[in-house]
Amino acid sequence: MKRFKFLLYHFKKNPLSIAGLVIVVVFALIAIFAPIIAPTPDGHHDPYMIPRDGYVSTPQPPSSDHIFGTTQGQYDIFYGVIWGTRTAFQIGLLVIAATLVIGLVLGSVAGYFGGIIDEIIMRITDIFLAFPPLILAMAVTIALGASIESVMIAIIVVTWPSYARVIRGDILAVREEDYIEASRGVGASHLWVILKHVIPNSIYPIFIMASLDIGAVVLTAAALSFLGLGVPEGYADWGQMINFARNWIVGTPTNTFAYWFTVTIPGLFIFFFVMGWNLLGDSLRDILDPRLARR
Amino acid sequence: MEFRSYLIRRLLLLIPVLFGVTILIFGLLQLFPAYQRAMLYVTDPRQLNNIDEIIQMYGLNEPLWKQYFTWLGQVFSGNLGWSKVVGMSVTDAIFNFLPATLELAIFATPIIIIGGIWLGTKSAAHKDGPVDHISRAGAIVGWSLPTFWFGLVLLMIFYGYFTGLFPPERLSTDISVIVHSGEFTRYTKLNFLDGILNWEWSVVFDALRHIVLPVITLSVVNIAFIMRLMRSSMLESLGRGYILTARAKGLPEKTVINKHARRNAMIPVLTVSGYLFAAIVNGVVITESIFNYKGLGWWAWRTAINLDVSSILGFALFSGVLFVLTNLVVDLLYAKFDPRVRLGGSIK
Repeated sequence: MKRFKFLLYHFKKNPLSIAGLVIVVVFALIAIFAPIIAPTPDGHHDPYMIPRDGYVSTPQPPSSDHIFGTTQGQYDIFYGVIWGTRTAFQIGLLVIAATLVIGLVLGSVAGYFGGIIDEIIMRITDIFLAFPPLILAMAVTIALGASIESVMIAIIVVTWPSYARVIRGDILAVREEDYIEASRGVGASHLWVILKHVIPNSIYPIFIMASLDIGAVVLTAAALSFLGLGVPEGYADWGQMINFARNWIVGTPTNTFAYWFTVTIPGLFIFFFVMGWNLLGDSLRDILDPRLARR
Repeated sequence: MEFRSYLIRRLLLLIPVLFGVTILIFGLLQLFPAYQRAMLYVTDPRQLNNIDEIIQMYGLNEPLWKQYFTWLGQVFSGNLGWSKVVGMSVTDAIFNFLPATLELAIFATPIIIIGGIWLGTKSAAHKDGPVDHISRAGAIVGWSLPTFWFGLVLLMIFYGYFTGLFPPERLSTDISVIVHSGEFTRYTKLNFLDGILNWEWSVVFDALRHIVLPVITLSVVNIAFIMRLMRSSMLESLGRGYILTARAKGLPEKTVINKHARRNAMIPVLTVSGYLFAAIVNGVVITESIFNYKGLGWWAWRTAINLDVSSILGFALFSGVLFVLTNLVVDLLYAKFDPRVRLGGSIK
């Protein structure tokens, strides 16, 4: 609680962190109220599939029917970006949660027991970290087939090892504390010591750091969808909407920016979403890292 | 620890990692049906009509461990399979597309490193001044930019609005004809360098014109990354006692910043060069796919969307091994120049 107050105090002093928080909250509201902001048309089954207005290829400019216009294939851009916010949160939250669980289990086992178990787990993380992340994620996504689940699994596969390593390092540091030995001394089991003493004393900063990686996770997912590897066609996803726009960056001879909305609008959504998390992350990192805070 | 024994230890550690990398790739391969897996053993387009024969010949229905060693044998003999997207063997494709990507990296890497270090130094030296605020804001924007969107916006402006100023692809059609003609010798396959060597300035100019936007796209995010790292490292360095000493003995501020502070602050930046390598490979796939710039990244993208299993796994294996070796070289250089690293006995 004292830590929380300390955090809040420093947080309020920094205008950038407030800006980050506001951006993230606005996006959260958009995600929550998506069915009200952009209602699913009657008779449309899956709300995550963007409704189409015909099948003409050429994008149509903003109009009263489609306030952000339509992109290639007449997908409604407004509906796509609003429901895409839900997709982004879904991917970000689930991936980070899964990564944390895997990282916590493997990292704490490795750090607490040490020895051969530690060696094996760390060599496995080495193997996963031996690939440029996007390349491994691409291979995993196509191996599993195009779906939002594949994208999430692919990103979990490339993210968990670094978490396992950081958590292991923190646990190693905590393990040497006297209270751990005391707990073992009075006969506590390994599981009890890990759950009751080691984890609560080492993961508090990791939780915050992890939640702030949501921006980076969403960016990777969007990149996969942009490359045409992620979600199925027509799924409400920012990356895919930019993929739809790539054939329309050069306008008509009379108006070179004729299709500006197709690329600009979904791009701004990704940009602000990621920036919101980064601003929040930056300020919290400064506060949490005491070496930086003193400056 | 002696440098020699450190070196031996690191080389020994390399074996299980490389072994594990092949197991991971092989594991991914098992998620594909046999007829797709067979592509990894094809060496000649004529074999494509007899996929069943290949499945029989390489025992793709046999127990996994047997298959693994058959495959590993193939990999060691340099056969990574057939890339159906470009109609050549995967090994040939890698060597064919490597120069284009190398050309991109040759321009982007120095810009990223020098730009990032310079901005980071400036920002830290003028902490909380206007320069610092502007470059920090720039870094946050750069760090949050989706590369793929940024590239498209650049194209929209510099190819669409300023018609054809900086076009996509590697060369214009007329210049491409010159490059592929008999009189033009392709010494390195790096277009701008071959242009200079052939004394053909139109080629040099055209190659540069095509590479400007990809280089900017690839650099912006990474400059932001290096700049942030350099800034905080520089601030730490500036708070040290030797800076106070240097200032106390009356050295000019420029010398203090550039010699005493910056040289020490650059160490953490060097240690992330392995990470930078991975970031550039990631960025290359996205950048080359935006600009239709036919290099390794473009090929990896085309093969991935066409489910060309042998190519994408071959590329993953290639980039994985290259990444492991890059990290090894970085660590060795670091240990060579900073004895503290190896005195610890292990690297964490």
